[in-house]
Amino acid sequence: MGDRFILSPRLRMLASSLASVPVTLFGLALVTFLIGRVMPIDPVVAIAGDHAPPDVVARIRDQLGLDRPLLVQFAIYLDNLVHGDLGRSVMTSRPVLVDIGRFFPATLELATTAIVVAVIIGIPLGVFTAAYQGSRFDHVVRVIALTGQSVPIFVLGLLSLLVFYVKLGIVPGTGQLDVAYEGMVPRVTGMLVIDAAIAQDWDSVWDALAHLVQPALVLAYFSMAYITRMTRAFMLESLAGEYVITARAKGLSAARVLWRHAFGNIAVRLITVLALAYAGLLEGAVITETVFSWPGLGLYLNISLLNADMNAVLGATLVIGLVYVGLNLMADVAYRLLDPRVR
Amino acid sequence: MLTRRTLLASSAATLAAPAIIPPARAATPKGVAVMAKAIDDIVSFDPAESYEFTNGEVDANCYRRLIRPNLEDATKIDGDLAEKWEVSKDGLTFTFHMRRDALFESGKPVTAHDAAFSLQRVVKLNKTPGFIITQFGFNPDNVETLVRALDDTTLEMKLPAAQATSFVLYCLTANVGSVVDTATVMANQANGDMGNAWLKTRTAGAGPYKLTEWAASDHVIIDANPHAAEKPLMKRVVLRHVTEPQAQLLALQKGDVDIARDLGSDQLKSIAGEKGFTISASPQGTSMYVAMNQSMPELQKTEVHQAIKWAIDYDAIAKNITPNTWSVCQTFLPSALPGALKDAPFKRNVAKAKALLAQAGLPQGFAVNMDYISHAPAADIAQAIQANLAETGIKVTLLPGEQKQVITKTRARQHQLAMLVWGTDYFDPNSNAQAWCENPDDADTSKLKILAWRSHFVDKELNNEAMAAVQELDPAKRIALYRTMQMQFMERAPFAMLLQQNAVAVLGKGVSGFKVGPMPDYTHYSTINKA
Repeated sequence: MGDRFILSPRLRMLASSLASVPVTLFGLALVTFLIGRVMPIDPVVAIAGDHAPPDVVARIRDQLGLDRPLLVQFAIYLDNLVHGDLGRSVMTSRPVLVDIGRFFPATLELATTAIVVAVIIGIPLGVFTAAYQGSRFDHVVRVIALTGQSVPIFVLGLLSLLVFYVKLGIVPGTGQLDVAYEGMVPRVTGMLVIDAAIAQDWDSVWDALAHLVQPALVLAYFSMAYITRMTRAFMLESLAGEYVITARAKGLSAARVLWRHAFGNIAVRLITVLALAYAGLLEGAVITETVFSWPGLGLYLNISLLNADMNAVLGATLVIGLVYVGLNLMADVAYRLLDPRVR
Repeated sequence: MLTRRTLLASSAATLAAPAIIPPARAATPKGVAVMAKAIDDIVSFDPAESYEFTNGEVDANCYRRLIRPNLEDATKIDGDLAEKWEVSKDGLTFTFHMRRDALFESGKPVTAHDAAFSLQRVVKLNKTPGFIITQFGFNPDNVETLVRALDDTTLEMKLPAAQATSFVLYCLTANVGSVVDTATVMANQANGDMGNAWLKTRTAGAGPYKLTEWAASDHVIIDANPHAAEKPLMKRVVLRHVTEPQAQLLALQKGDVDIARDLGSDQLKSIAGEKGFTISASPQGTSMYVAMNQSMPELQKTEVHQAIKWAIDYDAIAKNITPNTWSVCQTFLPSALPGALKDAPFKRNVAKAKALLAQAGLPQGFAVNMDYISHAPAADIAQAIQANLAETGIKVTLLPGEQKQVITKTRARQHQLAMLVWGTDYFDPNSNAQAWCENPDDADTSKLKILAWRSHFVDKELNNEAMAAVQELDPAKRIALYRTMQMQFMERAPFAMLLQQNAVAVLGKGVSGFKVGPMPDYTHYSTINKA
């Protein structure tokens, strides 16, 4: 009877993973807060500007509580955080939470499109290059993948702008939407393609998609390269396994051996790779977002840092931390669900 | 099943997807002017608080002020919401007579009560630009009795002490003198903030435009104010946030934007040869200079100040590094400002610089650090100065930093040399004269901590002249005082004034009628036209 109150081992593992979340976030908040305070930038200058007279400076310093001990300041920050108050951004003069709600969906839209494209292309490429190891196809893909991994993404982005926007003129320029469509679509999810579709404004859908294609493909190329290389490496290992030889000896079709036996065995490991690649896209789009003027979290974080807008920096960092922890947790759970050994 | 052939075909199809998407628009929509501009400086659109370039510029188009400067002749002032005004002989009482036809974007008429409320609000809120008005001697306690509406069309402003009339009037032409819609603003008051939080992201003025949408670091949209007396030619103006000058140039060439605002010398060179583009340059009230902190013993002697001034190759810097964007200016008043001296006595002269260093007892030169903001073109200019000074024996170590970091350091007076940029606060010589010459109290607790204080520069004579000039009631005498001060400043102040900025706007094909004002808050959009 008492057994009912004891968690199953799998649930217990999940609970311990969940318990680590607040600890991770606390650490993150502490480190970012301290970095923010030791930066050689006076937060009052960021708010009031270079020309502010001494009495205005003194008043703002007092309002921000910057005269109090560091620990007290951190305690106040944590207290506000627990109550869902991330403070106000200097740059946008809106609460940081509202800003994140505005900027994060754009990043989500971009990163999700990119990861979907990267998976659809990257995984088959990885599988087939492993199956045809050493063939001309393998070499060509390797060159493509290595290029994707080694060329800095801003070079890729600027080159792509130069070729597809300037020379060929087949894609629109930077930004998320053409000026003519700006402000036409009511905001629901914050992801413009979806919002436009909800509003059934097909011109805007088309325009938003056209703007999405280029940055998404640049980002996708970057992570496709990584996914292809990882898939190929896992597959080579898997194809050398005894269970593959057994399957072949049983006379199963080549496709069945490749996808069901060899790939089936690496799918679980790939999930972790994909989750990390996705998380990387969600926060690592800083450069892509800057090159393409994409109003996402990366751009927000970048500008906030340059403006010493510490509330915004702390807030955005915490969100990225949450995304990492969340995706890790999901990969963990998926891992446990799919891996027969953990079951 | 997925074969290699179908896989390759489908990947090729995905990569070729952009090809089936229709080409980008060749032009911006009719009636809409699109401007590429770095707009991440925006903090607040409230005229009582707004103090950044882009805020000031947008406000200039959404609000009207009592008076405005005549941009053709910097010595004249024109009426705006006030048709005419009188000043009493003693310079203490200003009476403004308001026009009757002006309406706010809410449709309500603009009255002298709104004008009085707006000035009182600036003094009571006392945000960063508040000093432009409070320096007349106003404070939250006296402002309601000193600034008041006598009736719907008459505004009376009494000063506690006499100030130069032109100084007071020029200050009122600044953005902080914008007239806000009292009823709308007070209806949105929260916690006694006189509508400040609400007005940060909205407008309530009588200008030709009204703010429709601001997405931070993305875009600003302003639309024609339906009630405005002056109808703009474009019914909508969009400021699009594009930071990279190269990306701005691309967008302009493609016709995605009508006006590019932040092109550098390189981009301007490349577009100069192309047909159909119009380059419009306007000198700004913005100076670039090298400050020499007097806390460093080697930098204290006048001979050393002079040596540094004679060592720099101003012409080469302006010609090679900043053609079109910055030009030589060696006084504390950029040429656009009233009273500016056009002389540029310093030319590179290594022998003279060396002789001056020897006179100062430093024939071998000395080592010194120089902070600067690591953006283009400052980085190249800093290197040029380093090379110039090296020839006289002064060994400069360059310390690049982010803008706010360098400002923090110089405000804390921790620099040795610092190459910085300063924009005048308002269109009157007093702004810069006070910044560079006045330092009545060099202590850390001083009430005035501007540029002279930040470099420990104490010069009683210049300090007193600056304080006297701002109270001089005779306009001709006043201008003469500023001219004398500029000569003395060039002679002995520890500031090497280098350059003044030219704001360059490039207008795309078929676009006309736009010029950047000498101050951001004097830049108007209502005359922008598209063929």
